[in-house]
Amino acid sequence: MSELISTASSIKKPSNGATVSTVQEAPRVKPHYKHWRPALLLLPFCVVFFFFQLAPMIWVFVNSFIYDESWSVEHYHEIFESDFLLQSFGNSMSIAMWSSVVGLAIATIGVASLRRVDCKIRDWVVAFTNMASNFSGVPLAFAFVIILGFNGAITLLLKQWGWIDDFNLYSKTGLTFIYIYFQIPLAMLLLYPAFDALRDDWEEAAALLGANKWRYWLHIALPVLSPALLGTLIILIANAMGAYASAYALTTGNYNLVTIRIASLVSGDLFLEPNLAAALSVLLMIILGFVTAINQWLLKRSYHAKR
Amino acid sequence: MQNVNLKMSATTYHKTVVYGLVSLLAIPVIATLVYSLAQRWGATITPDGFTFDWYLQLWQDPRFLAAFGRSLLLCFISLAVSCALIIPTIFVVFYYFPRLDSWMNLLILLPFAVPPVVSSVGLLQLYADGPIPIVGTPWVLIGTYFTIALPFMYRALANSLQGINLRDLMDAAHLLGASTPRAFVSIVLPNIRKGLLASLFLSFSFLLGEFVFANILVGTRFETLQVYLYNMRQTSGHFTSALVMSYFFFTLFLTWLATRFSR
Repeated sequence: MSELISTASSIKKPSNGATVSTVQEAPRVKPHYKHWRPALLLLPFCVVFFFFQLAPMIWVFVNSFIYDESWSVEHYHEIFESDFLLQSFGNSMSIAMWSSVVGLAIATIGVASLRRVDCKIRDWVVAFTNMASNFSGVPLAFAFVIILGFNGAITLLLKQWGWIDDFNLYSKTGLTFIYIYFQIPLAMLLLYPAFDALRDDWEEAAALLGANKWRYWLHIALPVLSPALLGTLIILIANAMGAYASAYALTTGNYNLVTIRIASLVSGDLFLEPNLAAALSVLLMIILGFVTAINQWLLKRSYHAKR
Repeated sequence: MQNVNLKMSATTYHKTVVYGLVSLLAIPVIATLVYSLAQRWGATITPDGFTFDWYLQLWQDPRFLAAFGRSLLLCFISLAVSCALIIPTIFVVFYYFPRLDSWMNLLILLPFAVPPVVSSVGLLQLYADGPIPIVGTPWVLIGTYFTIALPFMYRALANSLQGINLRDLMDAAHLLGASTPRAFVSIVLPNIRKGLLASLFLSFSFLLGEFVFANILVGTRFETLQVYLYNMRQTSGHFTSALVMSYFFFTLFLTWLATRFSR
């Protein structure tokens, strides 16, 4: 209880602090003095945001370093010693990488063409993409079982044509397909506005100077788009690394992904180890931070930054 | 002549790509729709016959209706709470402390950056027992759903507020004798109504599809639509397909409302 009170008072501090300082400066900056009452209106928002967003994060960070009620890096040690847990990171990263790169490539080709079709079709497709981006998680997993499961319509069709011998949706390849599916609409929605940066006359100018389509895309369009492409790639990777619902619904938690490990350590049937889950969570966040940092570094070196 | 041909082939190419992509994205939805209407669709490529039985069965299942009702109620309350918390905050930020806006933009990134699974680790431990034992009750979901809706609502409202000249409008209202709360209710609110409604419908469809928090923090103790869908995975695939399609059409309707209001 005392901990709660102290946290509550620590939230109040910023606004209180602000009023104190404005009271002192009152003679000089008079208008600021009357702002302490509106500042109170920020309080409920701050309290709820703290309890449901910041406090859980702080708990995770602090408790990842607590082993048997004392400070220790034992949990991190355990993770790096465990092949099983390291495998979960490997699986998550490889699925996230593949699905993001493939999804982004398909979305880029799609958006490039989308900008060149009639306005009516374009609006309709954007609305459709919006809709498709809502089709994710558990419903998506069920839909994929229907089309690509052992007796799925497309699996049977491809088998009949002799293209495949068998297809296991509940494997890494299967999961990557599902992930690609939910990455494409997201990537398209994020990329669509970025294509405003490309001007039609550039393509004509390049053609006049003797460049073919490929050279135009390689030397002009893609470099100009690179900040948007990299930014989108990061969001896709983060989205895939943190995804949980589709993989869980598809494999009932039997496929080894970081998010599935974390969830099973806090809400599984046996072996509850919340502090180990916290350590896994911190490592997951570090990886996401690292990816973002690389992205920022690449952005600085990209075409737009140089200008 | 050659130029015209070239242009024609380019148009055909772009159309092919766009239609190809749309069909690719539509396959799972269409397959689910067909499956939900099929009498039997076993180890064959095409279904045997069509029927509405699965939908009738679904819409007569009291457990489904209860879960749907709970989800709707939960989303309504969460969004009402979000409005009550976010609207005053964003007004105060924009009118009194414009510099806080950049900080707020950083804060609202957090619900995006932290995966729900990570948040739920902390939430489970903090609120399972102790002074606020709310794990297993809808209350914890209302709090977390507020954080999910926050980025959407804040961005939409910030865009609306940037679109109107807030300071001049408020000054004019004050000159005409309105108090600040009065001016807020009768001048600012009507101006941000459109953006607010659009973001509410979008958040609603988003929250209706939320599974991670609902499953980990509450589960069957307050079964929402998505948790019910997951728990029905062992039953007939046709039944779950009817469930998925019902859910899909409902969110479609919400998105349609959102685009109507944002115009």
